[in-house]
Amino acid sequence: MTATTHVPSRAPFLLTLWRDSNAIQKVAALIGLSLVLMALLAPLIAPFDPLAQSLISRLRPPLGFDRYKDGFYLGTDELGRDVLSRSLHGLQLTLGLALAGATIGLLIGGTLGLFAGLRRGWAEDAIMAAVDLQIAVPFTLLALLILALFGSSLTVMICVLGIAGWEQYARIVRAEVRKITELPFIEAARASGGGQRYIALTHVLPNIVSPLVVQFTLSLSNIVILESTLSFLGLGVQPPTATLGSMVGYGRDYMPTAPWMVIAPAALIILVTFSVQILGDWLRDRADVRLRDR
Amino acid sequence: MTLYILRTLLKMVLTLFAIITLVFFATRMSGSPLDTALGDGLSAEDRALMIEYFGLDRSIWHQYLAYLRGILEGNFGLSFIERRPVADIVAERIWPTLQLLGSALALTLVVSVPLGVVAALWRDSWIGSAVMGLAFIGYAVPNFVIATFMVLIFAFWLNWLPVVGNGSPWHFIMPTIAMSGVLIAALTRFTRNAMLDVLGQDFMRTARAKGLPETIVILKHGLRNAGVTVLSVLGLQIAGMAAAGNVVVEAIFSWPGIGELLVSAAIMRDYPVLQFGVISVAFAVVVINALTDIAYVVADPRIRMAKG
Repeated sequence: MTATTHVPSRAPFLLTLWRDSNAIQKVAALIGLSLVLMALLAPLIAPFDPLAQSLISRLRPPLGFDRYKDGFYLGTDELGRDVLSRSLHGLQLTLGLALAGATIGLLIGGTLGLFAGLRRGWAEDAIMAAVDLQIAVPFTLLALLILALFGSSLTVMICVLGIAGWEQYARIVRAEVRKITELPFIEAARASGGGQRYIALTHVLPNIVSPLVVQFTLSLSNIVILESTLSFLGLGVQPPTATLGSMVGYGRDYMPTAPWMVIAPAALIILVTFSVQILGDWLRDRADVRLRDR
Repeated sequence: MTLYILRTLLKMVLTLFAIITLVFFATRMSGSPLDTALGDGLSAEDRALMIEYFGLDRSIWHQYLAYLRGILEGNFGLSFIERRPVADIVAERIWPTLQLLGSALALTLVVSVPLGVVAALWRDSWIGSAVMGLAFIGYAVPNFVIATFMVLIFAFWLNWLPVVGNGSPWHFIMPTIAMSGVLIAALTRFTRNAMLDVLGQDFMRTARAKGLPETIVILKHGLRNAGVTVLSVLGLQIAGMAAAGNVVVEAIFSWPGIGELLVSAAIMRDYPVLQFGVISVAFAVVVINALTDIAYVVADPRIRMAKG
């Protein structure tokens, strides 16, 4: 006699995610996707070199206005550079920096949280004290200090963004680890002779992936805001390289005569933070069973 | 409860100490402050004088202890640029910052408490969704973007409001709104959640059963209880957010406060000013956090009992 187990056919994860989403979430997902594509393809689709200056076509307005110069759809800046091309490259750098920062935060915080949750004792106390300290001090202030001290290079910026959110991961991972290690299957793994590292990597880690993914998405939008704020203040990546934030910051001086220099990158920042935040909330609501029925 | 208060205060002191230590070593890790701050524009004579004054030829531990001793004696160092005590420089900036913070917090409370209550009462109707949508926008749009668009529209296009400084009441409008955006978003969410928690409580049902009018039930029994949570959130979360937002908004509007001072010190690399500024703002936030924590425990008998 053969026992047939009925396996319910499961649609791919992304498909079910799409099917369960509402209109706003669908729009956010599409915007997010196109922003990522625009950033990735920036070198191919940007009509001009983002750094190429042209003194005869300075401060030209976008398509549809007087003095519009053919091909420069979103106008030009004070050095005659194409605002559209600069925005696309700025978007690429902004997203790249945010991704790098969030990943570093995840690695640092995740490792420390895992360590604190498994080791307990003074190591846990020390790590949690550092977490409390990070929460207590407004991070923008520390970021100002670090950028002033170590200079505003790409590397320093990535480090700053990496330190910005580690404590959230550490807290989440530690809490999850403590919860999971109480469960019988961990005890079974330990009883069958599994070492600390083996248990951490093969039994604990796979079970905390989903809260980590949620936190990663939520923190991305915070990191985009932090990066563009610092760049806006002139403490981020230095010119002529531009992120969206620094384009807004430098464009501010020309706002009365050339507002398009500011509007294009500012609008992109809003699109990025909006879509990322909506996606983050959506993932969180899905991952949190208690919220799902509300 | 005394024990709990003592523990909170001890933790506060330790945090403050850790902040000072962190800031000090971060500053020294980046090399000699003289080279990075002043570069080549210094004669050999001045240089020797500065090294002597700041004790830069001694070991780092010696400098650290000297810095700690200085702080205890109320001596926080001299500005590299202005060559006068940083404490004086920061002190001059406190009042404008407090004014801006005060107006931003007032606007935040006035807007977000009613909005949060409304969002909780009508949480399943479009009103609730609209309020939460607004709160979402406040969260997602960075304050410098709000500020930039406001300046564009109200200062340059309509020519209604001034941009720079704090000369008149008109000067307060844009910085206050720019600072409040994210605070309103946060506090509206917290108020709504606190209200939702309270609305489900037994004493609300009892109040209604007594035949009290709904307005009194909501305001007196509901809001007053939710208010404790809201106020504690104000001290614990909003304080830090306000400190961060203050930096950006003051820099944008050239507001002569601490935030603007910090940004210009960071750009000019005036370490002593930056160091002391960061430490004092962090101090303020940490102390407000601790006091809120204690006030929360003292105000709520349930927690008072539980924490002994």
